[in-house]
Amino acid sequence: MAVTKEEAKFIVSVSPHIRSDVSVARIMWTVNVSLLPALVMGAYFFGPRALFVTALSVVSAVFFEWATAKMMARPATVSDGSAFLTGLLLGMNLPASLWSFDPFLVHVPIIGSLVAITVTKMLFGGLGYNIFNPALIGRAFLLVSWPRAMTTWYAPTAAFVGFDAQTTATPLGILKEEGMGRLIEVFGSKGNLYIQKLVGQTAGSIGETSALALLIGGLYLLYKKYITWHIPFSFIGSLALLTWMFGGKGADGGLVLFAGDPLIHILSGGLMLGAFFMATDYVTGPSLRKAQIVYGIGCGAITALIRLKGGFPEGVMFAILLMNCFAPLIDRGFKSKPFGFVKPPKKQEAKK
Amino acid sequence: MPTFVGGIHPPEKKELSQERKITPLKAPARVVIPLRQHLGAPAKAAVAIGDEVKIGTLIGTPEGFVSAPVHASVSGKVIALGEFPTAMGRPTEAIVIENDGKEEWEPLKEAPDPMGLTPEEIKEKIKAAGIVGMGGAAFPTFVKLSPPKEKPIDVIILNGAECEPYLTADHRLMVEKPAEIVTGLLLIMKALGVKKGMIGIEDNKPDAVEAMKKASARYPEIEVCVPHVKYPQGAEKMLIKAATGREVPPRALPMDVGVVVQNIGTTYAIYEAVRFGKPVIERVTTVTGEGIREPNNYLVRIGTLVSELIAASGGMRNGTGKVISGGPMMGFAISSLDVPVTKGTSGILVLPEEGIFHADDYKPCIRCSRCVDVCPMQLQPGLLSVLVEKGHYEDAKANNLFDCFECGSCAYVCPSKRPIVQLVRLGKSMVKP
Repeated sequence: MAVTKEEAKFIVSVSPHIRSDVSVARIMWTVNVSLLPALVMGAYFFGPRALFVTALSVVSAVFFEWATAKMMARPATVSDGSAFLTGLLLGMNLPASLWSFDPFLVHVPIIGSLVAITVTKMLFGGLGYNIFNPALIGRAFLLVSWPRAMTTWYAPTAAFVGFDAQTTATPLGILKEEGMGRLIEVFGSKGNLYIQKLVGQTAGSIGETSALALLIGGLYLLYKKYITWHIPFSFIGSLALLTWMFGGKGADGGLVLFAGDPLIHILSGGLMLGAFFMATDYVTGPSLRKAQIVYGIGCGAITALIRLKGGFPEGVMFAILLMNCFAPLIDRGFKSKPFGFVKPPKKQEAKK
Repeated sequence: MPTFVGGIHPPEKKELSQERKITPLKAPARVVIPLRQHLGAPAKAAVAIGDEVKIGTLIGTPEGFVSAPVHASVSGKVIALGEFPTAMGRPTEAIVIENDGKEEWEPLKEAPDPMGLTPEEIKEKIKAAGIVGMGGAAFPTFVKLSPPKEKPIDVIILNGAECEPYLTADHRLMVEKPAEIVTGLLLIMKALGVKKGMIGIEDNKPDAVEAMKKASARYPEIEVCVPHVKYPQGAEKMLIKAATGREVPPRALPMDVGVVVQNIGTTYAIYEAVRFGKPVIERVTTVTGEGIREPNNYLVRIGTLVSELIAASGGMRNGTGKVISGGPMMGFAISSLDVPVTKGTSGILVLPEEGIFHADDYKPCIRCSRCVDVCPMQLQPGLLSVLVEKGHYEDAKANNLFDCFECGSCAYVCPSKRPIVQLVRLGKSMVKP
């Protein structure tokens, strides 16, 4: 019976000697899976094009991360699932119309992934060091570079068919240009409007239309405690409040207070996607919980401002990118007091 | 249930040894007794090679106020005096005694009525017995029980939380010797002139809770407090918060909020020292882990080598990865089994290689906030780890680096498997507190 093992073989490393099961890879792949319901709905309404655009985006993202790491002589990190996630989020934020050979547009998602991964993430230091949300910078770059292609929306058809699609405007586009009345007309009734938006039967980006599918994914992440309520709740809440207060328009086109429709805004324009999957990105948001509430309110406020007053019908992307700039500063403002903190006596008392 | 903010719930693994009665381990053929096994100045050797000693003979005298005496744990002859390896990794001056097997004791001064002694007499006996904190920190108990007059104490808390996974020594002591522990608490209260005593026991030890409640039932001044199981509930600041609601300020001590905390093992040693005049020559140590064949709780002589404990427990299984002195969260991985059990060795944990995390493979901080959510001191461990990693030690200090007591909760939950505690230790060594 061996009492002493060859002692050179004992592992001598520092405490703690046990670890929980969670890992970066597990988190990333779980988020990838939680986006699947919304992707499936996108494929249902926009057809195989949706899958091709998303696949292109994902494959390019993974390729660029591998290639950039190789060129920088750094170890490959592709297996942790974060490049896949960035590609997936970017793809789901693009219109299905990009899968087109005449005009030739299939290079657009590829370039989007290049900007997202190589420029926004890898050149800043890789995972953990980027300031801006990579998928959103990718999308912003594409919007500015291919404005018409990036705003060519197909009307939803059913059952994964979708090849001969008609272009149309998104609900928020109609709301901005022609008002609430016209929007209700287009959908038939207010009830119809809400239900179709919930399910995803509207024009829009591949992954942003089905609020219900996105909510399911988001609730799953909340249940697993991979995200907490702080950002989604404050983002959606502040947007709802502000669009209710300031979103109403009278018959003459003037502002009517407290007459806006918050539900339209919550169900539209990638808000669900942004609030649950993009604003909650660990690296680019604040790390302190109270700071996250302020961050979420900021995102909601800027989204409301852009949607109601700005030139674009949709504002989630820019709101999150702008708030990314402020994240470290907000964190600093909420630096928590350590356990047992005692306030130092005021200077006047010390003088006595 | 009383508790504190933060904390984690690692698998408890207590079932491996919690039903095992404390088994006295036969005194070994030789013991290696370090002169430094407590915080403060090491003791000074009081014997020379060739001296004959009995159990309880003073072999090391305390040096200065914060120090403690060391006594022989077997009878026999001093055969060596020099530097020997210890579990902490640092060679320390130690005295080696060859056991003559006669088990002869120094004459001990008994006190049949321990509660009849004066506070000064109680403290003197504690000092003479070489009692130090047996939860692991090994702070000289006599010093802890001599707070300055400006810090009045109004409650004593016994720490029966034993929040580290796997360890069950204090649990068994509470189940098997409840009356003695209660007397020990009353002695501490008398020594400090304190009217209220509490015993904190986590709720995963219902038999210990019941035993201590029964033993203290006729003392209305003693209350048994049962916080919810959470690591690190046994950290003294966390225990004080759960039991009394008081928060010890950063960098301050429990006496600053009127509290003194003592480990259960220490309290039992106090009882034995006052009632029987017995110095610290043995302690209860749990030998456990999936890598040991027969986990058990032993009453083991100070100076016994770890290899003897492993042999007594059926030896290690194949595929052992780590042997740890202490618990899995804050213990030390040892490189050799030829190190002695000291007054602070609460457990020896043998972990199989499968499932051991290899420390060199970690990722950057992804700012996921898990560490912030669990830190019992409400720090930002991820931020501290990045600041130290990049060499910004002063910035780390400005972010309350020195309030960290290295419990390891942050490193436990980190998805990037960052060695946050080690980075904090590195940072602390690079700046003045």
